[in-house]
Amino acid sequence: MDFELMINSFPKLLNAAVVTLKLLSVSLIVGLFIGLLFAILRLNKNIFINKFAYGYSYVFRGTPLLVQIFIIYFGLGQIESLRSSFLWLILKEPYWCAIIAFALNTGAYTSEILRSAFQTIKPGIIEAGKSLGISNKIIFYKVQIPIAIRQSLPAYGNEIILMLKGTSLASTVTLMDLTGVAKYIISTTFKPIEVFIVAGGIYLFMTFIIHNLIKFLEKKYSY
Amino acid sequence: MELLAFGDTGWGDELFRATLMTIAVSITAMLIGFSFAAIFTPLKLSKFKFLNLIANIYTTVIRGVPELLVIYLFFFGGSGAIMFVASMFGYNEYIEINAFVTGSFAIGIISGAYSTEVFRGAIQSIDKGQFEAAKVLGFSKFKQFYKIVLPQMLRLAIPNLSNVWQITLKDTSLISVTGLVEIMRQSYIAAGSTRDPLFFYSFAAVLYLLLTFISMKLINKLEVKYSRGY
Repeated sequence: MDFELMINSFPKLLNAAVVTLKLLSVSLIVGLFIGLLFAILRLNKNIFINKFAYGYSYVFRGTPLLVQIFIIYFGLGQIESLRSSFLWLILKEPYWCAIIAFALNTGAYTSEILRSAFQTIKPGIIEAGKSLGISNKIIFYKVQIPIAIRQSLPAYGNEIILMLKGTSLASTVTLMDLTGVAKYIISTTFKPIEVFIVAGGIYLFMTFIIHNLIKFLEKKYSY
Repeated sequence: MELLAFGDTGWGDELFRATLMTIAVSITAMLIGFSFAAIFTPLKLSKFKFLNLIANIYTTVIRGVPELLVIYLFFFGGSGAIMFVASMFGYNEYIEINAFVTGSFAIGIISGAYSTEVFRGAIQSIDKGQFEAAKVLGFSKFKQFYKIVLPQMLRLAIPNLSNVWQITLKDTSLISVTGLVEIMRQSYIAAGSTRDPLFFYSFAAVLYLLLTFISMKLINKLEVKYSRGY
């Protein structure tokens, strides 16, 4: 055991963990909006809209995240019209490509979580709202969404942890996140176990915090 | 389309072989995972706190650390660890283990952590009365497991195991970083030499979708078979 290396690499890895957390939070926020949008589309009665939303979540859940990142980072640059448009300012940056891929991926899982949460809401609650003369829009915002959020918290907590692990793939498109820096230190020092313990410890610490945060929210919003 | 031709002109046969490699790694990893689950599930259910702790450390660490980091650990540390063990037996030559073994072992350990949780949940949801009835009827521990626990456990575990299979199948794409030529690696090579990454990565996505689609159909059949009589 090379304790000196472990102590020396700790600040470097901690700095890299900030990159990981940035990637995670931005993609979760964007992904939540995408997820909500597609969950609503899934509940639409129009069969085309419905099937479109199902197709989206099926494709993104059925393929590895790595493929999705590679298509966006390496693949999209090939389209000539895209290269000359303003979108290229975003798509040439590996940082934004990674975020787009993560957001679309977590959006697909989130849409499934929210859809099942919407579907478990008892129709009686919505009927009660209607008979009180509340408009559909207000029922949706004030009744359905809060209940759906509470229902989906445990599953969403798992999704956040899966996404935290997913951000490690950013290192495959040259970003120096926690895994990227860990790999760099391993390949220069050839001390995989020491680096794994430190980097893995930081990941576990983040998982632990997220886990407890969700537990706290679950308690707060329980009814 | 000529990009996918079989033979020397296209990448069809290479990608076909790569797909078989993905399937082979996934199945090997899943089986390695089952053997880990066979060790750690009893530890999780054991009465001894210390054994519980060992199993909990295994499942928590593996499920809380990115797959890629575990793969790097095995990729860079694998041959070192084997050489260390070999040196204890007096063998001091350089040993290199191939990417297939490292890869399926790394993915297998990850898959095993998920399988352990699935089996634990399945055994715990078997009615307590079943164990008591077996005891009353004088079943031996071994017979109790094979005739009573296992059949009920499998039925409860199959839906969740199909999730584990999906995760394992998708995780194999990460082994491409070690140079094992599976779907992802082959697409990377093809994309590099034809300068057509969009086509080859999209095609890789289609291959993965096909694999998940077909395996879901097969698992659904298994599910029907094992839920007979319920």
